[in-house]
Amino acid sequence: MDRIPILKMGNILLVTIQVDMHDRLALALQEDLTERISTTGARGVLIDISSLEIVDSFIGRMFSNIAAMARVLDAATVVVGMRPAVAITLVELGLSLPGVRTALDVDRGMELLRVSDERNPVVHVAGTEDGGALGAS
Amino acid sequence: MSPQPTTRIPEILKTHESSLLNEWVREQTPHLASQRGRISDADLREQSREFLSLFQQAAQRGRLDTLQDPAWREVLELLNGISQSRAKQGFTPAQTANFVISLKRPFFARLNQEYAKDGAGLAEETWRATVLLDELALHTVTSHIKMREEVILRQQEEMLELSTPVVKLWDGILALPMIGTLDSARTQVVMESLLQRIVETGADVAIIDITGVPTVDTLVAQHLLKTVTAARLMGAECIISGIRPQIAQTIVHLGVELGDVITKATLADAFAVALQRRGLAMTRAAGR
Repeated sequence: MDRIPILKMGNILLVTIQVDMHDRLALALQEDLTERISTTGARGVLIDISSLEIVDSFIGRMFSNIAAMARVLDAATVVVGMRPAVAITLVELGLSLPGVRTALDVDRGMELLRVSDERNPVVHVAGTEDGGALGAS
Repeated sequence: MSPQPTTRIPEILKTHESSLLNEWVREQTPHLASQRGRISDADLREQSREFLSLFQQAAQRGRLDTLQDPAWREVLELLNGISQSRAKQGFTPAQTANFVISLKRPFFARLNQEYAKDGAGLAEETWRATVLLDELALHTVTSHIKMREEVILRQQEEMLELSTPVVKLWDGILALPMIGTLDSARTQVVMESLLQRIVETGADVAIIDITGVPTVDTLVAQHLLKTVTAARLMGAECIISGIRPQIAQTIVHLGVELGDVITKATLADAFAVALQRRGLAMTRAAGR
């Protein structure tokens, strides 16, 4: 079964989705990504969906799930490059992806991750709410 | 289908065609008094002549009790043409219908002459003719209204295209001045054009100005929030501006939850926030 490659750049994991997602692929990505975050101790996940043309409610929910899982593992998630048609579809499906940060392109996504990394340094007191830093716009 | 009952209407029409025409045209003139200048006497006469001749021919061939008969097709097409051109000229539906209805008086006068000695026959023929002419008149009204509706529909579409400009205020800042009521069709157009411009310009702040939106109810608020959410999914932040005091009151009374969307009273305030978000500031030029 084909899998979506996950690239590591510094302390950021880069995922570029270039094929149409189907449910099993999405689940595999979810599994691989959580695995990689915990082994590499990555602080940020950047998912580029600029070539993704079709989404359904399952894939939409997967983004939310990945973001939530990454947050548990103390990594911020940014979804970048969503197409207008995809955004409209998700809104019409009632999925506003709460908790997922978004950016127009990879550059800005990287910038967002860098800022959130600074606000939320590696050595931080246990119990500190990092959702605030992620959710703040 | 039952065979056509014996009737002398086609024959009467044929014999008296030219005198009917003269009387009919005279009959129509007073109804059109307020529309003088929109239609010339010659045009009116020509339309009447054409109708009467087609009507007469159709009556020879077709059934008199239903317009579904193919014989009537040409007559109906002519009526469509006439009522559409009158709709464009600004005639009222009543005036358009009068075109056909005014034929009754001269026509019934002829029937009266022909059936002078046969009361029952006269009543029957008059009824037949009334039904037929009424149906034709209703047809003109229907097609008149259809024409008007087409005009309204076209204007609506044009308004839709005109009313959703997305303007670039600054590098990375877009503004969307909304004018008119927001319904789902318009929201769709607004959303699409905004998202498209976000992709084109790479803007990360969009200001939606609702100064020109007359009322905000729960549905409109929902449409606004959809647009904001879609823009956020693309990675752009939205600010809603131009909220008038009455609208602020309505929003609160209705219990509409705008969530964490930034709202400002004026476009200028929203622009200041947008500049700040992009790390820009405006200063007065030195020496002024």
